[in-house]
Amino acid sequence: MSEHIIRFTVNGVRREQHVAAQRRLIDVLRDDCGLTGTKEGCSVGICGACSVLIDGEVISSCLLPATYADGTTITTIEGLARGGELTPLQDAFITEGGFQCGICTPGQLITATALLAAHPRPTDTQIDEWMTSNLCRCTGYHGIRRAIHKAAVT
Amino acid sequence: MLAGGTAFTLLLRQGLIRPTTVVSLRRISGANRILADSHGGLWIGAMATHSTVVRSPEVRRNWPEFADAAATVATLRIRNQATIGGSVAHADPASDVPVMLAALDAQVIVRKPNAAPRVPIDQLFIDTFTTSLAPGEFIESIQIAGRGPNTRAVYLKYTPRSVDDYATVSVAARAEVEEGRLRAPRIFLGAVGGRPMRAMSVEAALGDGTEARAFADAAALVRSDIDPIDDVRGSAEYKREMARVFVERALRTLVA
Repeated sequence: MSEHIIRFTVNGVRREQHVAAQRRLIDVLRDDCGLTGTKEGCSVGICGACSVLIDGEVISSCLLPATYADGTTITTIEGLARGGELTPLQDAFITEGGFQCGICTPGQLITATALLAAHPRPTDTQIDEWMTSNLCRCTGYHGIRRAIHKAAVT
Repeated sequence: MLAGGTAFTLLLRQGLIRPTTVVSLRRISGANRILADSHGGLWIGAMATHSTVVRSPEVRRNWPEFADAAATVATLRIRNQATIGGSVAHADPASDVPVMLAALDAQVIVRKPNAAPRVPIDQLFIDTFTTSLAPGEFIESIQIAGRGPNTRAVYLKYTPRSVDDYATVSVAARAEVEEGRLRAPRIFLGAVGGRPMRAMSVEAALGDGTEARAFADAAALVRSDIDPIDDVRGSAEYKREMARVFVERALRTLVA
């Protein structure tokens, strides 16, 4: 299997990594970059736990060949808070009970961040359309929806 | 040949493909563009993602039904990565876009070493994960001709479990509609055979100038046009029955 050099910016930090052709982005993020906030759930692109932003668009990092990250700008859960300051969305997930066990939360926050970038004041329908692909087995989703509404008006 | 990589990554991890060489089409300049021609047609670069199609003003203007069909695919994350050309080349019979493109009589521009023939998409699909593309050939783009003033189209996807699932049955239909009468119908179904299945008997029964009261009898003929299997999304018999129901709904939607 061939080796490739990929260059990308993750959470504002420029990186250069040697990757084998068959590796996935999630492997490079977790194992090479130490960014273990991105979780691997279903491994088949359904659950959304591994959601990250590539050039602002949310994707499943378990399905992206790592070589496809070359030249991109990536945001993971570690890149949302700045200088220890949580984003309004992260704050709202805490105050509105937007999570319980926490395994899906990085993916929820990444998708909700992309949603608010596209629709700063989303309707319930828009929230459902965007968040339907991030599964949560604890909250029942109402807390997540409340948190997104709260962050939208802050 | 690697396009968006969603299906490829899964097939690789499941050991279903063991490629010795992989060539990515990602960096080919312009391969993800979508253009409208002066006759209301569309040229869709093979590397355009499903999300690009959903958001495209050109698609929304000329064939909004195609944008709607692309929007039913899986999840937002998959639509952001998976490409139209990849979906066609992958030839998963449960995929949405190939079924709709078949009903729209799309043409596939195939890149060969010394030629770029236009292949009717119906001739491209052979069986599950199998197309008529030979090794070394790949899809450059997909063309959809413009519509007439009375052309209607619809894509219905039946997903009883969750919206991001593959279809249990899907129906793509297109026809000319005048004064509630339906002419020149084209009907294809997804997830009920090894490829997008054309509802030949239904089309033949509809003939030209059919009124809505004949739709139920015509739709019932779809049972013999398809070849579904028992799986987690329903028994073969259930899929035949849902095919009948959704073909009739599609026909009624066309004339509504």
